This record gives sequence, C-alpha cells and structure tokens, in this order.
Amino acid sequence: MITYVLGILLMTEGALLLLPTVIGLYYKENVTPFLITIGTTVLSGFVMTRFKPQDKTIVSMDGFAIVSLGWILISLFGALPFFLSKEIPSYLDAVFEVVSGFTTTGSSILTDVEALSKEMLFWRSFTHWIGGMGALAFIMAILPLAKGGGNLQLMRAESPGPDVEKLVPKSKSTARILYGIYVIMTVVEILLLRCGGLSFFESVTLSFGTAGTGGFGVRNSSIAEYSLYTQIIIGIFMTLFGINFNFYFLLFCGKLKSAFKNIEVKSYLGIMVTAVLLIALNISHMFGSFFEALHQAAFQVSSVMTTTGYATTDFDKWPEFSRTLMLIVMCVGACAGSTGGGFKVSRVIILAKSAKRELKRLAHPRSVSVITMDGKRISDEVVTGTNVFFFIYVVIFIVSLLIVSTDKQDMVTNITGVIATLNNIGPGLGKVGPTGNFSLFSWYSKVVFIFDMLLGRLEIFPFLMLFAPTLSGHKKVR
Amino acid sequence: MKIIVVGIGKVGYTVADQLSNEGHDVVIVDTNEKVLNAVLNSLDVIAVSGNGASRRVLSEAGVEDSDLVIALTGSDEINLLCCLLATKLGANGTIARVRNHEYNEDVSLIKDSLGLSMVINPEKEAADEILRILKFPSAKNIDTFAKGKINIVSFTATCNCTLCGKAVKDSFSGLKARALACAVERENKIFIPFGDSVIEENDVVAVLIAPNEIASFFKEIGLPVNTVKRTMIIGGGRIGHYLATEMCRLNMDTTIVENNPQTAENLSYLLPKANIICGDGTNRALLMEEGLKEASAICCLTGFDEENLILSLFAKKVVPNIKTIAKINRTAFNEVVKSLDIGSVIYPKFITASQILQHVRAKKNNIGSNVETLYKIIDNKVEALEFHVGDESELVNTSLEDLLLHNNVIIGSINRKGNVFIPRGKDTLQVGDSVVVVTTIQGLSDLDDIIKD
Repeated sequence: MITYVLGILLMTEGALLLLPTVIGLYYKENVTPFLITIGTTVLSGFVMTRFKPQDKTIVSMDGFAIVSLGWILISLFGALPFFLSKEIPSYLDAVFEVVSGFTTTGSSILTDVEALSKEMLFWRSFTHWIGGMGALAFIMAILPLAKGGGNLQLMRAESPGPDVEKLVPKSKSTARILYGIYVIMTVVEILLLRCGGLSFFESVTLSFGTAGTGGFGVRNSSIAEYSLYTQIIIGIFMTLFGINFNFYFLLFCGKLKSAFKNIEVKSYLGIMVTAVLLIALNISHMFGSFFEALHQAAFQVSSVMTTTGYATTDFDKWPEFSRTLMLIVMCVGACAGSTGGGFKVSRVIILAKSAKRELKRLAHPRSVSVITMDGKRISDEVVTGTNVFFFIYVVIFIVSLLIVSTDKQDMVTNITGVIATLNNIGPGLGKVGPTGNFSLFSWYSKVVFIFDMLLGRLEIFPFLMLFAPTLSGHKKVR
Repeated sequence: MKIIVVGIGKVGYTVADQLSNEGHDVVIVDTNEKVLNAVLNSLDVIAVSGNGASRRVLSEAGVEDSDLVIALTGSDEINLLCCLLATKLGANGTIARVRNHEYNEDVSLIKDSLGLSMVINPEKEAADEILRILKFPSAKNIDTFAKGKINIVSFTATCNCTLCGKAVKDSFSGLKARALACAVERENKIFIPFGDSVIEENDVVAVLIAPNEIASFFKEIGLPVNTVKRTMIIGGGRIGHYLATEMCRLNMDTTIVENNPQTAENLSYLLPKANIICGDGTNRALLMEEGLKEASAICCLTGFDEENLILSLFAKKVVPNIKTIAKINRTAFNEVVKSLDIGSVIYPKFITASQILQHVRAKKNNIGSNVETLYKIIDNKVEALEFHVGDESELVNTSLEDLLLHNNVIIGSINRKGNVFIPRGKDTLQVGDSVVVVTTIQGLSDLDDIIKD
C-alpha cells in the first residue's frame, strides 16, 4: 500500500510539473529539463502503482511512512529541473531549494534570484503552494486513496497542529473544503495584487509564496521594491493564511459566534499586535514617521510569525530588543491547521495551561483539573504529546545547532539558521538574515538544514517514525 | 445522507462502518472517548463525545440538518429520549433500539407517539430468524420479500439432494414447486446461476420461492423436512426469551437451560408451557439428563461465542442429525466459524445492521431512485433488491429472455397487483410491477442499471 500511494503521489507531481512547463513555453524558455523530469517522475510513479495492494487499509504507521517518504521523494524529483537546467549546478543545492519550497520555508542558497529563468521561479513558488496545504491532502481531495480511517492517518501525519479535527465526516470532503478555501483566498490575493499594478507573473508567484506562507520572492530584495499597496496586501494575506482554516470554515457556515470564540486565533492576533507595537516603538527613531515604523514592524512580524519570510527591510539592523522579539515570534509560529509552520500557537497555549495546572497541583496535591480549549476538554494524551513534542523539538534544535556550529559561522547565524529552517520561516539573523542566504554553509550543514525543514513541516513525529525501530521492524515482517 | 449514530457498541460500530462505506456522512456519538478514538482510526467518520440524549451534544453533532439519527446505546430509555430530542431539534428521521421485553408489547404505541421512523429490537429479530430456521431445518436462512409473499431460502446441497450434478434448467423445471435458484456459493466464491450452471455437492444454494411451497420443495429435492419438535435452548437471555415465547405459542416442545436462578424463575412465571431448567448449559451430564439425545434442535444462545460453538459441535457429535443454531457476536474470526460443521449461525449485529441499512437505502432511494427493499444474503455478499417498475423503464414489454442483463444479475420474482410469481423466459415486465432482483453487484440504485449498456 505504501508503494502504491507513493506512486500516485509521484504521478500527481508529474502532472503538477506541467504548469511551470506551460509558463516556460509562454516565455519561450527551454523546457527540456521539465519534460525530462515529468517523464522520469511519471514513469517511476507508474511503475510503483503497478504494485496494486489487495488490502487498501492504512494503519497509523503506514500513514507516517507514506507522508515522510512521500515528501522526501517529491523533493528529490522536484529538484531535477533546477539541476538539469544547470541553473543550480549542485544537486544538493537544488534539493535544498526545493525542500525549502515544499516545506514553505523560503530559505534560499541562491545569491542572485533574478538570474533564474521565469519557469524556474514559477516552479519554486509553486512548490510553496503545493507544500502549504500538503501534497497528499491534494491527492486525497481528488482520488479515493484509502479505505475507512486510513485517510485520517494520512491527514494526521501531514497536517500541522497537535490534533486533527475533520470539518465534515468524510476525509475527502474535508480535504476538498480546505483546498477550496485555499484556492479562493489565493485567487483573491492574485486579483488584488494585479489591481495594484503588478505583472501577472509576479502577482501569481508572490501569492503562491504568501498562501503557502513560504517566502520565495522573484526579486533579490524580496518585497522591499514593491509599492506600499502591494506590501500591505501581502502583509494582510500573510496574517490571514496563518489563521486556522477551521476559522474560515465556521465563518463560511455562518457560525460567527463560535468562530470568534476561538482562543487560538485570538491569542495569535494578540501576540502579533503586541509584538508589532513594541517593535514599532523600539524602532521608530530609525524611520521618518511612526506610521512608517509601524508599517515595517507589522510587515516583518506578520512575515516571521506566519513563517513566511518575506521582508521589506533588513530587520537584522534593528536594535537588539526588536531582534530578540522577532526571534521569539519566529519560534511561536502560526496557528495549527493553517499553512504556517513553527511551534504553533495552540501548542503554546496547551503548554502554558499544563504548566499552570502543574503549579496548582504543587500547591493543592489532591486537586483535579482538566485542561480545556474553546470549552472542549483536551485529553491527557494530547497534553503529554505536546510536552514530548516540545522536548524533541528542543533536542533536535540542540543537535542541529551542534553540527552546524562546526562550520565557521558566528553563533547568531547558526542559531537563527536552525530556527529559521526548523520553523519553516526562511530568513534568520546575521549572515542568514533577510539580505543573506544559506549558500555559505558547508554541504553537511545544508543536509542538516534540509532535514530540519522536513522535520519542521511534518511536525517531527512522522519523520522520526521513519527511523524508529518499531517501524523498521514492522516493515521487515512484511 | 447525513447520519448520526449514537452509541458505538457492537451494533453501532457495524452500522457506522457499513453506512460510511456506502458513502454517507456519519457522525458518531458516545460517552467513552477511548472508544471514539479507536473507531476514528478505522472509520472515515467524525466523533462527538458526550451523552447523546443531551441537547448540547446533539447540536454539536449537527442534528439540525441531519437526515437520520440512530440511537443504539445500551439503554432503551436513553435511546428513546435521544430520538425524541432529535426529532424536536429537526432531525429528519430517527431509529431507536428498544430491547426490553416489557416495552416490546407497546412498540407501535411508542413508535407513533414519539414520531420514530423505526424501532429495532435486535434480540427479537434474531429470535424471529431462529424460528424461521427451526421451522425449516434444511434451510440455512430465510428472508422475506414483497410483504411476506416471497422468500429467499438458502440451503446446502447435501449428497442426497437431487439437484446435485444437474444443470439448473433441467433439475428445476421438473419440480412441482415453482422455485428459482438465484445465487450459489462454492468455496467462498459466489455466482449467479443460469440455465446451464451445474450445482455441485456442498454448494450453498439460495432459491426464491413462495412460503407455502418451501416444505414441498425440500421434500421433492430430497432434503429432510421434519419440522422441529423438541428444542433445547441454552441460555435464557433476551433472544432465548423471545424465541421461547413464540415457540410456546406454536405449541412446540421447548426446554430452556438457564444458569441464573432468578432469571429461570422469572422465565417459568412468564412461560408456563416451557420446561425451564436451572443449571449450567455447558454441563454434559445435565444436557444428557434433560434429553439432548431426543431433541431435534438445539439453540446455543449463551453470552459466550466459544461456549455456543463448542455446544453446537458437541450436539452434532452426540446426535448427528440434530439442527443446531449458534449465536455469534464477534465476526472477526468469521472464516474459522464457517469452516466448522455447526449448522446455522446467527449474527445478531448483522441482522440489526442490515435492517438499518435497508431502511437507509429505502429512504435514500426515495429521493434518487426506486429501491423498495434490500436484503443482504449469504454473508452479506449478495444483494436482493425489490424495485418498482416505473413508466419510463426500458425493460417494460420485452420478454425476459430477450433482455441483455449483466452476468451477475437475475430477475427473481414479479409482484403484479398483489399476485406474486416467479417469472420464466417468456414473461414480460409491466408498468406497476415490483420485481426482486438478485445480484452480486453492490449498490444498484435503479432497475435499468441491470441491463448491459
């Protein structure tokens, strides 16, 4: 079953690769790298689907394996166009770029983005869009993949957040609704940007970057060169894409009351507004007017908090207090169930609440208290899961940092580099700040970053399962 | 359709599973979160935890725009309250499971006054099923169609059955009883027989037949028809109680072996005609003493599947031509049960689930197509559907032998203005008929779907 689903995934990727090919033909560019990639991808996918499974069930272990292997596979194949066209000469760099795209990180190893051809730029941004909502969710929305609860196992492994909640009983309809919201919001953004006078190509690529909360731009200066209108539109949409999609579903159903009661959305906006105000006060002397400072602070904060990574100014030059605040919101990340990455606001809320409970328990050893969110009870498994997640998250951070530190970069660059990739943000501080890039790292650091990005996007567990002894033992039995 | 299933026990799970597989949007409600989580891992449904008879929980499950609420919790009262609330909150239809013997007498009153679409009593249904099997010991299963005017009877073709080794068209045309072979199961494979198909020994054959001809049919093909006279029932639970009530009404000699003295005493008060024994039904000496050797049938209805299986096997050993019926709750090891020579097996949860499914199908088809009733026969692998022939049907006025039907479809019987008959090749369908179609294709929704394109 694993091979079969992976085969379908590859064939879908082949189909999706047709889009940049069309763009290439339109701009009269050399499309052979894409054609070769489509050929190999579809062929490998086709061969894999020949292993038709008799038993179409997916147990949770299969779900984890499919999702993590699937993401690795689409990255390896997705990197081919860059490599074949020699626009990114090293295959490792190409993989880095594509993983950064699919995981909606937006970190780049390119020093000169504008040198890329239009088709490559489009593919780069398009990977953001696919990765934002999830490649398997996309397939799930069109094809009947698995039987019964199997779909949920896939969704659970792929979608961000501590717990998955289906909007409607059928996984397929849920995936469709989510993609529907996603497509509509993306189209609205494209139209609004187009109204702001951007070329069609730029409107589309920037919207893809925003929708997936990715952050690949098409110019070297990211967003700084664009008009104020464009910056504001992008800023607003980044914030919107960082909100839990359940919120939009409830709005759509007309359940305004329960939508606005959502504590995660409220905290998310609360943290964001607080950070913006503090930073704006802190940096107001750097800009001509307070409004200018507010605008810059708002754009940058929403960009890193939703883990998009667009920039309109080099926040690495800001005062220490603002830089530290930026680092903190980077780690918090967006809402669960959005396209954003990071640690997720809901996890922060759960951790805070469980910490409060433990403190209370110290004072009143016999007290019993249940953690709730939006009036619903959070089961102890979820709380424990969140604690464990936090622990592993920190461990991965430390291990990655240790390996990367053997490179000859400074501490700030290393720390924020790991944070930026693990949280799928894009730019960090120091040499990997908004104006820098990741090309200066050695090959093994890049490998570490690639793993961090995948771990961050797939929320650590599915990926770790791949190496866990239980799973490999399970495979041998087969 | 949007369906809410309240109470996820054995039956609830089976129902949710089948409904979800048929493409309905299923919401499950239960108080036990652990159970819900386990179900979520295997079924494509969403879950709401809480008491299904509370307004808050029902609203959360989306009762306002639901098409059907099925209450299957362990308590009759909660089921009824849940359905009552659901109706008031805007559910389109409700099904309640009511299993208490005392409520059973007032079922139609309850149903009407609470506005339920259906009241289901799994134990009563199981008891009725057993009784049908007991009346015709050679039959494995009997299902009724067309308001009881036609039955589908399945039986094993044993060595002394005259059907064996002959083509269907030869063996059946010689019979006085008008019967039609509509499905054959051979070594776990099912096919729909046609004129040239040959029935072999040990095949399970399903035939369509009028109820009053069943006895003579069995006599003609050489299968035993001696109706059960002395019956032993092991386990005086709900099924045993319902069964014994009916059997006493039919003046059949009934012995119930029940372990619990209080239950036994209660049974003896309620069933004065029956012979109630208080003792362990798995005690060999007791069984012999109470005349297992003279019994013509034994129904093993204890709460343990293992006991029921062992008892059936034992009874077969001691009395080779005894009719045995075993109740099995767990279906996970179906293959093992089937490989044993234990006569009939009753799965109460399948009976319940298939009845609910039938109701849902009919309800759904009222909107889209025209299935009137649906039965799943031979381990749910074959469907028998009753269709109404509409004005625009393409099948009207063509003789059946000229219709190009799919390979695994057979037209079993025609009900024309209350007169039911089994069609032959020269017959035609008329507008206003209702026909029974037997097929291995799952999910047919229109009569015209049975013709080859």
